[in-house]
Amino acid sequence: MNNKDLLNLIDITVSFEGFLALNKLNLNLKKGELRAVIGPNGAGKTTFLDVITGKVKPTNGEVIFKGKSLVGRKEHKIARLGVGRKFQSPRIFENLTVKENLEISVTTPKSPLNLINKSIKDEQLNEIDRLMKIVNLAQKVNSKAGSLSHGQKQWLEIAMLVGQKPDLMLVDEPVAGLTDEETDLTADLLKSLSGENTVVVIDHDMEFIRRLDSNVSVLNQGTVLCEGTMETIQKDKKVIDVYLGRPED
Amino acid sequence: MSLNKIKFDKKIALSFWIIIIALIIAAPTILPVFRLNLLGRYLSLSIVALGVDLIWGYTGLLSLGQGIFFALGGYCAAMYLQITSSSEFPNNIPEFFALYGVEKLPFFWEPFRSPFFTFFAIWIIPALVAGLIGFLVFRNRIKGVYFSILTQASLLVFFNFFNGQQKLINGTNGLKTDVTQLFGQMVGSESMQRIFFWITAILVIAAWFFAKWVVKGRFGNILIGIRDDEPRVRFTGYNPVIFKTIIFSIAGGLAGISGALYTVQSGIVSPQFMTVPFSIEMVIWVAVGGRGTLLGAILGAVFINYAKSLVSEALPASWMFIQGGLFILVVTALPEGVLGWIQGDGPRNLLQRFGLKRKIETYPSLEVNNKEGNNE
Repeated sequence: MNNKDLLNLIDITVSFEGFLALNKLNLNLKKGELRAVIGPNGAGKTTFLDVITGKVKPTNGEVIFKGKSLVGRKEHKIARLGVGRKFQSPRIFENLTVKENLEISVTTPKSPLNLINKSIKDEQLNEIDRLMKIVNLAQKVNSKAGSLSHGQKQWLEIAMLVGQKPDLMLVDEPVAGLTDEETDLTADLLKSLSGENTVVVIDHDMEFIRRLDSNVSVLNQGTVLCEGTMETIQKDKKVIDVYLGRPED
Repeated sequence: MSLNKIKFDKKIALSFWIIIIALIIAAPTILPVFRLNLLGRYLSLSIVALGVDLIWGYTGLLSLGQGIFFALGGYCAAMYLQITSSSEFPNNIPEFFALYGVEKLPFFWEPFRSPFFTFFAIWIIPALVAGLIGFLVFRNRIKGVYFSILTQASLLVFFNFFNGQQKLINGTNGLKTDVTQLFGQMVGSESMQRIFFWITAILVIAAWFFAKWVVKGRFGNILIGIRDDEPRVRFTGYNPVIFKTIIFSIAGGLAGISGALYTVQSGIVSPQFMTVPFSIEMVIWVAVGGRGTLLGAILGAVFINYAKSLVSEALPASWMFIQGGLFILVVTALPEGVLGWIQGDGPRNLLQRFGLKRKIETYPSLEVNNKEGNNE
């Protein structure tokens, strides 16, 4: 652990009635880093995000974000501290328009009084315009989010994540169900976000992970099996055994 | 497309409003006082329905206990009227106390001597009770069907308490208001009832504006967000507990106002306001009128109740079947309620089915995609 780290997970254990979803998991993230997390089904990838965002309380261990412990904090407090999350299947508000979805994400402070009393600030409106251009939804401003295509929904959710201005972005399977072209664009988008933001991407798609060109952590059975660049982990014997499979696959 | 739709919705809403306001203005001259009084009562019920629409239609909280807050408002109004009209009775306290040998006014009646206190109590007390119940329930993340059951259980607790306390609030007999005096006039008199009708009509419109103000903009969008995906709202940094508590409290306050207006127009408040079927009926009004439309809640409450009284006069005992049938019809055929059906594609689909309107092209989306294709 050192001062440059944004997030430290220390010996995290999560036990669901005896089943260890995470088992003494240790992981450190530097500020501005882009990190990919891969692993077979049931390796604990989503539980790992649940622990950071406060949805699941670890049985043991400590989560340190910006020098503060996150364990025991409510989800909305953790979000306000600067942890944003994109879910596996796109979770947007389908009955609201694209613009209204983004308004929800960029609005600060997120208190009832602010929402009912005041109209949205100009700089927040500008931010919405900027985001809609980035994700190519400018023409869909007033369309119901539910009417968007799957890829557009994924992008809207990424835009909502960016609009929240989190220090740490947790992105769960952002390219599931996207076309190859959309996948490439998403990879470029996430790469451009790192540096200023710290981004954690969870995915199965090896082509996509390779394109991210980042450090990769491999999870297996609730713990970190191996860490390093794509080249390193592809040569790692343990990783090949549990996940990547033999070269002929 | 969506812009046209908004304009269309506005036209519908506007025409409904013109009809409603015209009816309200015409009603006192057209209707005999008995009917006018009924209309006034049903209009006051539409205020509690607006509250149900806010919590259920917008926020997804199906409360089966709105009768609690409705009755609390009614009791506040009735206590004031009883106490200001008790000067000729023994000990200067309401008449019924003598039946149970009570000689001293229970302490919680005292503040109701003041009209100002009563004016605020009618909506603040129900709102506070709703806020308290809501906060405890929402903080523990109780939702869905468990929330509904819990509100119904609370309703039964309140019902049993009020029903059993003869010495405090006349128990099952309730508090009569029609023979009490207000500003030197008998509350049940024709002139007072006309005034109550006007007050109710104005308050219905005011309540609608208020509800509209609450749900428009970002606050309302968060309510819809909570209804559709509460965890997502939480992970975006909002605390749903506070939003839900506020809206539940608002619905409680509206129910209180509604109960007070209903009480002075029906002449009595009793624990019957807190029976299980009555609170479920409130939900049916909103379901039939149209969830999440506000106007639908008003129309549902007024029309269903008016139909109820007309049907009950002609064919007593058949109303329950009609009401049940209405609810089944809405659940199976019109899930968005009547107004939701009109605002959606309902009428056009119906006309098409009978060949009265040309069908729209099968794939209008293809055309749209072509237009936007250049950009992608």
